[in-house]
Amino acid sequence: MRRQVPLILCFAFGIVMALTEFSPHPFSQGLNKEVIDWALVIGPFALVLAIATLVQTHWVRIRRRSEYWRYSFLVFIGMIVMVAIGIPAGQQHPAFEWLFEYVQVPMDATMFSLLAFFIASAAYRAFRARTLEATLLLVAALIVMIGNAPVGDLIWNTVMPFGDNLPSAARQWILDNPNLSARRGIILGISLGVISQSIRIILGIERSYLGGTEGD
Amino acid sequence: MIEKLMNIDRRIVFILVALAVIIPSLLSVSFPITVSEPTRNTYDYIEAMPAGSTLMIGFNYGPSSFAELHPMAKAVIQHCFEKKIQVIGMTLLAEGATLGDQMLKSVAEETGAVYGEDYVYLGFRPGATQVLLGMGTAIDSVYEADYAKTPLAEIPMMANIKNYEQIDLVLDLASGSSTEWWVIYTNTRYNQQIAAGVTGVIVSQMYPYLQTRQLIGLMPGLLGAAEYEKLIEKPAKGTEGMSIQSFAHLLVVGLVILGNIAFFIQHRQSE
Repeated sequence: MRRQVPLILCFAFGIVMALTEFSPHPFSQGLNKEVIDWALVIGPFALVLAIATLVQTHWVRIRRRSEYWRYSFLVFIGMIVMVAIGIPAGQQHPAFEWLFEYVQVPMDATMFSLLAFFIASAAYRAFRARTLEATLLLVAALIVMIGNAPVGDLIWNTVMPFGDNLPSAARQWILDNPNLSARRGIILGISLGVISQSIRIILGIERSYLGGTEGD
Repeated sequence: MIEKLMNIDRRIVFILVALAVIIPSLLSVSFPITVSEPTRNTYDYIEAMPAGSTLMIGFNYGPSSFAELHPMAKAVIQHCFEKKIQVIGMTLLAEGATLGDQMLKSVAEETGAVYGEDYVYLGFRPGATQVLLGMGTAIDSVYEADYAKTPLAEIPMMANIKNYEQIDLVLDLASGSSTEWWVIYTNTRYNQQIAAGVTGVIVSQMYPYLQTRQLIGLMPGLLGAAEYEKLIEKPAKGTEGMSIQSFAHLLVVGLVILGNIAFFIQHRQSE
């Protein structure tokens, strides 16, 4: 029963929701809206699940004294402080806004900013024109980078007597043509994969979302 | 010599990057900005919207990307308030809730826009797909109240805005996949017009949607913000950031070229 009930629910809702997409009948649309409303109620449960998983993961880390276990205390302190202020006082409370603006924003921004240093170092070491494909990628990347910065056009227009703003025009051509074609191929591939996987889930062929193993 | 160049200490690269960022931010260097077509399309669409139209902005980014997307948000909101276009703010990310609120309030203070008449901020609701689909039938089925917990029924601006039919354009400011969600769930299903402003790293993913007109316009990263600031003739953070971006990009391009020259010389010598 533990596996059959979810399979039956998944099949029923999957088929019904797919059919309602093709019918403009008021009953069909009403049903569609009703199920979306249910899903809106279910959505917050995912948040609760995420918090429970986070607490469990860090609690286990502290209990086992795993590597960097002391940092898990910071996770709990951060979470408790924000929840203790955010839930009773609301997100517009000055204390909540202060913590967000002067703790979370600088920390998040700093972590992301560090990427610039590592990208520059990695680009210097790893971006080599070893093969034809690597050379094409390298040339395209350099053109897009130069075209993405106004200084590229300025240097070109100063040095070259022809082709006004050629770097930004070349960048736009790369994005509009080779990039678009490759990206569309990827989107089509992903979409076909999603459709086939959805059919497998609805028909109960793919059951990994239920957890456990096939033989359960 | 070549060996040394190939194995340059990464701390030297880090120092060079730091200098490429710090020096232009101290000097007030500015470069002429060329406006790209996707940004111009976004501007033209908003420019053509009559007073009283409604634009919904999704602040779908967190503090890690706000340096790129906040200037974009500011420029577009300024444009809207000047043209008397009503703005509805919302977010599909918990981290975006406070950022969106602060941004709308600060631009409203500068321009004299009034909350509840010129703009409304709905905040965050979990379950992105359900939120996007739910707003297609009734916004108040998803957001029964605004960010400050005022019921939508009590907000004058929301009296005639029930679902996407009354929203003329959605602008998604994104650092992740949210633009694709808007395209899939609101453009395809509800025929909602959508424009996007995204971080530089994901801009290339958006081009198929531009070609199909599922996106009417696209602002690419900080450059997009600078382009929009140029169009509204209000240079600000985006324009300032272009000098830093220019030097940083030049440095990376220089490093890549230098690394490849060293690589080829070493390759020749080994042959």
